[in-house]
Amino acid sequence: MLDYVKLIVLGVIAICAAIAANYARDLAFNVHMLIILLLAGGLFLWTLRGIDEPKPEIDQTAYMDGVVRYGVIATAFWGVIGFIAGTFIAFQLAFPMLNFEWGQPYLNFGRLRPLHTSAVIFAFGGNALIATSFYVVQRTSAARLWGGNLGWFVFWGYNLFIVLAATGYVLGGTQSREYAEPEWYIDIWLTIVWVAYLAVFLGTIIKRKEPHIYVANWFYLAFIVTVAMLHLLNNLALPISVFGSESVRLFSGVQDAMIQWWYGHNAVGFFLTAGFLGMMYYFIPKQAERPVFSYKLSIIHFWALIFLYIWAGPHHLHYTALPDWASTLGMVMSIILWMPSWGGMINGLMTLSGAWDKLRTDPVIRMMVVSVGFYGMSTFEGPMMSIRAVNSLSHYTDWTIGHVHSGALGWNGMITFGALYYLVPALWHKRGLYSLSMVSWHFWLATIGIVLYAASMWVTGIMEGLMWREVDANGFLVNSFADTVAAKFPMYVVRALGGVLYVTGAVIMCVNLWLTITRGQSKQEKPATAPAATPAE
Amino acid sequence: MVDKQDKKPEKRAKPASRRLPKTARELKEEVGTTGHSWDGIEELDNPMPRWWLTVFYITIIWGVVYTILYPAWPLVNSATSGILGWSSRGEFTAEVEAQNEANAAINARLDSAELTAIADDPELEQYAVNAGAAVFRTWCSQCHGAGAAGAIGFPNLLDDAWLWGGSLEEIYYTVAYGIRNEVSADSHYSEMPAFGDILSDEEIAQVVNYVQSLSGDPQDAAAAAAGAEIYLDNCSACHGEEGLGDIYQGAPNLTDPIWLYGGDYDTLLETVTYSRYGVMPPWLNTEGGRLTESQVRAVSVYVHQLGGGQ
Repeated sequence: MLDYVKLIVLGVIAICAAIAANYARDLAFNVHMLIILLLAGGLFLWTLRGIDEPKPEIDQTAYMDGVVRYGVIATAFWGVIGFIAGTFIAFQLAFPMLNFEWGQPYLNFGRLRPLHTSAVIFAFGGNALIATSFYVVQRTSAARLWGGNLGWFVFWGYNLFIVLAATGYVLGGTQSREYAEPEWYIDIWLTIVWVAYLAVFLGTIIKRKEPHIYVANWFYLAFIVTVAMLHLLNNLALPISVFGSESVRLFSGVQDAMIQWWYGHNAVGFFLTAGFLGMMYYFIPKQAERPVFSYKLSIIHFWALIFLYIWAGPHHLHYTALPDWASTLGMVMSIILWMPSWGGMINGLMTLSGAWDKLRTDPVIRMMVVSVGFYGMSTFEGPMMSIRAVNSLSHYTDWTIGHVHSGALGWNGMITFGALYYLVPALWHKRGLYSLSMVSWHFWLATIGIVLYAASMWVTGIMEGLMWREVDANGFLVNSFADTVAAKFPMYVVRALGGVLYVTGAVIMCVNLWLTITRGQSKQEKPATAPAATPAE
Repeated sequence: MVDKQDKKPEKRAKPASRRLPKTARELKEEVGTTGHSWDGIEELDNPMPRWWLTVFYITIIWGVVYTILYPAWPLVNSATSGILGWSSRGEFTAEVEAQNEANAAINARLDSAELTAIADDPELEQYAVNAGAAVFRTWCSQCHGAGAAGAIGFPNLLDDAWLWGGSLEEIYYTVAYGIRNEVSADSHYSEMPAFGDILSDEEIAQVVNYVQSLSGDPQDAAAAAAGAEIYLDNCSACHGEEGLGDIYQGAPNLTDPIWLYGGDYDTLLETVTYSRYGVMPPWLNTEGGRLTESQVRAVSVYVHQLGGGQ
């Protein structure tokens, strides 16, 4: 019966997509409708072929790991794509002739830049968060993922969102809102997927067999709920036509700017911080085989973090049309946020107390520790840059880019690599990774890459800020904008080389993970099952 | 390392265990856990680090004080303005006003001085050059380059080839009123015909060769000779019989090796066939531009002293 409903729904979607593609007002919309037509048509045929066939029996006591395995592969895949895109646009900035004449307008910096940011944040980071949250919530709740195949819908639906977003940017479909570039119909699709994600996650927590909810799950849940709220509010818009990608925004002027940066900063706060802290709280104690340092610290820093982060957005709009009172509040809350952010770092690092010798022997732990170190560094740097006086120097310069990347490459990247190194042997039932020395190579390439990247952007950012504000005795500007661009060239090359090292490390990781899956020694044990409720003591 | 245990043995309850990292079990026994275990993960019952809590409290207290000092809390129709009376707009205006006040006297001198007399007053000239350089970097460098070396279609301002004249007054006029714009009624104006509509392809090729021969070697010497006649009939009215150009019509000198769009055969062919129409906006605010009288004067002085001023 369900198959017939599926057939009807897929058929209707395919026909609607065909009509929409026919009347499409712009290229991005046209291509997207054709993609949806092909997908819906293909799924229709696939469902039709399998109709009334007996469905394979699914063991409802076993953990649902298939979707996590797919998520791990997607994370590694999108990571490499996103890193390559970033390295390429870094070279485009250093050598503008790489904006090839034959590739215009599709391959110019303006279109590839959101492709890079979305690929690393939403495709790499998002898949990592979905995959690890599905893994962690099952393990720490001792329950199979709720909702049957809904978990698969979340995975495929989210990756369809990524494909639509990425192709849209290249074809010129963008809302021009940083980190919220996808157009209205893609936003609606993401909303549906995200609600399903929340349902799967919450459903699993509700049916958990453990009496308490583990701290990692608080962070994952805060991330899912807040991102839903941010996404909805920042994408309120009225489409110009149902057959086109363009839309008119609900808010305008400084209100719109404030909503955008309230979203933008909390994308960092809840997507890249809260969600990844969830990851940290599971994989560091697991890999170190040590208890978490302090429960009290985790509960206080959790609530302080999610209360304070939501206020911090206005620090992106210092010295603009934004009223001074909003700017002050954004700055004050950002600074009070410093210690709550560091609570996560302390809990991560102190969990290793007594196990520091593992840094020598286990490159995966080393990766996680460096990741937490970068987390602490960028959560100190962030509050500092939110101070108005510092911001008047750092704003609009490459310092901001350096700050973001020490967080993204160092914290988000490294903790994700650590999680992948933990997950692959666990998910494919292997005794261990194929090669620990390859992990070491990855670690050093990535670390040196980040250092080159962050250091060059600090130097060039501060230089640029100082050059912009340099005036002579009469108060006249000393440098033209073009002078500051020319002065940055060597640092741009260093930054791009840092990117090359980081990509190389990620490729080595992919090879290592692939060899672990195909050639690793299998562990002789029965497949992972959700144990009966076994609360300790 | 000095072994302190020899001095104060009584204060060290378990000296031996300090030397080795504690095992997870020892930690759990010593500190205690919350009693839960998730997938093997337990939580120690450690207190929050004292320094962490102290710094957290300090930042909160600082935050409260700061929001009293500065505009911060939204009310119904406005927001608290802070007891220091600070505002970002006020900070900016104060800085600009202080600078304007400091420059007021010399700026007035720049406004009222004869243009040609500025060079006689070293202090005034230095001020004009500094002010003009800032104006140039902000408004002119986009087309003429930060170093004023120009680009294809945008004249180099460092050499002594001038389309509309290189004296200080002439530079001032060009900056103030612009070239071929529809904003200022007094902007420079002239227009080269598109000879593709007037001459045959062969004639254009001949005149291009002739023009090339004025400053160097033509591609085809025979064609160049044939082009001389066509040049005299069609081009000399503006560019002059000898090709020296005319600053009153903005007609470039064709005998020097300086080219606005390029002196190679293909570029010249394009220029003659389709003509060119380079524009520049008026900059004086009374002509619809963005700059004040003293700023236009300053940037004219700056450009004039770059090297090519006449």
